[in-house]
Amino acid sequence: MIRLSIQARQALAKLTLPVLIAASFGLMLLGKADALLAEHARMMLADGLAPIYLALAGPLGDLRDTVAGATDLWELRADNARLRDENERLRRWQSIALALDAENQRLKANLQWIPDPAPSYVTARVVADAGGVYAKAVLLSVGPNHGVRKGEIALDERGLVGRVTEVGARTARVLLLTDLNSRIPVILENSRAHAILVGTNGARPRLTYWAEGAMPQEGERVVTSAEASAFPANLPIGTVHFSAANVPEVVPAAMLDRLEIVRIFDYGLSGVAAPEAPGRQPERRWR
Amino acid sequence: MARAAQTPGIRPRLTLGRRLDIAARHAFPAGCTVLLMLLTETPFGIADQATLLPAVTLTCVYFWSLFRPDAMPPPVVFLIGLLFDLLGYLPLGVGPLTLLVVHGLVLRWQRLLTTQGFGFGWLAFAGFAAAAAALGWTLTSVLSFRLLPLGPALFEALLAAALYPALAILFIRAHRTVADPERA
Repeated sequence: MIRLSIQARQALAKLTLPVLIAASFGLMLLGKADALLAEHARMMLADGLAPIYLALAGPLGDLRDTVAGATDLWELRADNARLRDENERLRRWQSIALALDAENQRLKANLQWIPDPAPSYVTARVVADAGGVYAKAVLLSVGPNHGVRKGEIALDERGLVGRVTEVGARTARVLLLTDLNSRIPVILENSRAHAILVGTNGARPRLTYWAEGAMPQEGERVVTSAEASAFPANLPIGTVHFSAANVPEVVPAAMLDRLEIVRIFDYGLSGVAAPEAPGRQPERRWR
Repeated sequence: MARAAQTPGIRPRLTLGRRLDIAARHAFPAGCTVLLMLLTETPFGIADQATLLPAVTLTCVYFWSLFRPDAMPPPVVFLIGLLFDLLGYLPLGVGPLTLLVVHGLVLRWQRLLTTQGFGFGWLAFAGFAAAAAALGWTLTSVLSFRLLPLGPALFEALLAAALYPALAILFIRAHRTVADPERA
């Protein structure tokens, strides 16, 4: 080690902080100049941490289940009555759905309808919240030789979750549809009018740019549109709900706040790329 | 360790075990900061869990910069800031800058902050948390060319201020026992 005089050492110690603050500014410039650098670093870190989170997920899940089980015991009777009621209603719906499905098949056969290709999918476990204060995303553990690519579509058992934005060696990051950078072309199911679903970082994304005269209705179902070939048509997203300020919002069908298992579908789409991590001006692509 | 070596007196021989012990005590502040940061990312399924990361990181850097500046030097703060950016999906550079500014101000006001009572320390930390959240919000807004909502930044500051006593009590105990190099 080099021997320095006490004065020189004190001067160096005083310099460290300003130099490092300057280095942070340099890092900001570097992050802006080479956005891939941050993405690679993030995915490498996520790849390293994912096995730890995956190992922790088991015991944590057990703990949560135990707590949930204890609270469920209290509401057993009420739940039972509600479920019996719901079951009754769903049975009626099932018979209607079966009849409609049969009719749909018959009509399609008459029309020489070209069926949509069945998409391939992989199922993955959500291992961590990959969002931040200004981002909503989840990290999936997809295992080593996965075929997941950017732009593929994530769904849970109820509806659309979001899109894959970053892919690592054994992890993938899915940007949720509630994220500030998320823009999704949608169709309002009653009027078949197009609109854009804009994420706000809140629990409910906002609807904008609907066609004139096709005002969204409260409770109306919202599905994806195949426009711009970023999404396949008719994936369920949620239902319209007007906020207190009379702004049409969408209540997502997917349980975005407690995602556990997610399916990633490859529809072979090559349209608009999914938005990226914050700080990468994703809006430009839409203008 | 450096300070202890300069003062005259009788002390036990530096065996390997004792050296390891001293090194571990020196590494405790930075080590527990990184561990707590990784712990906040574990999927507990708490609502708004992402806000825990800035709150915990700021509390750790503030506390250890104040009471153990030799174990939380600027380069370590810089690296913690970098990890914070990567884990919290912020634009690169925001975390290091915010934390270094907090570190610098804490060192400048160290005498004032350590001589007053716990209540004053808490209040001062609330001020630091608000300023850090505001700085983080401004930098992130500028770097992503858009006005971000203020709500999350406000919540971040409130959560940090609310968590401070719980973490500070744990850290004070650690500071007096396991993290104290003099007791090695």
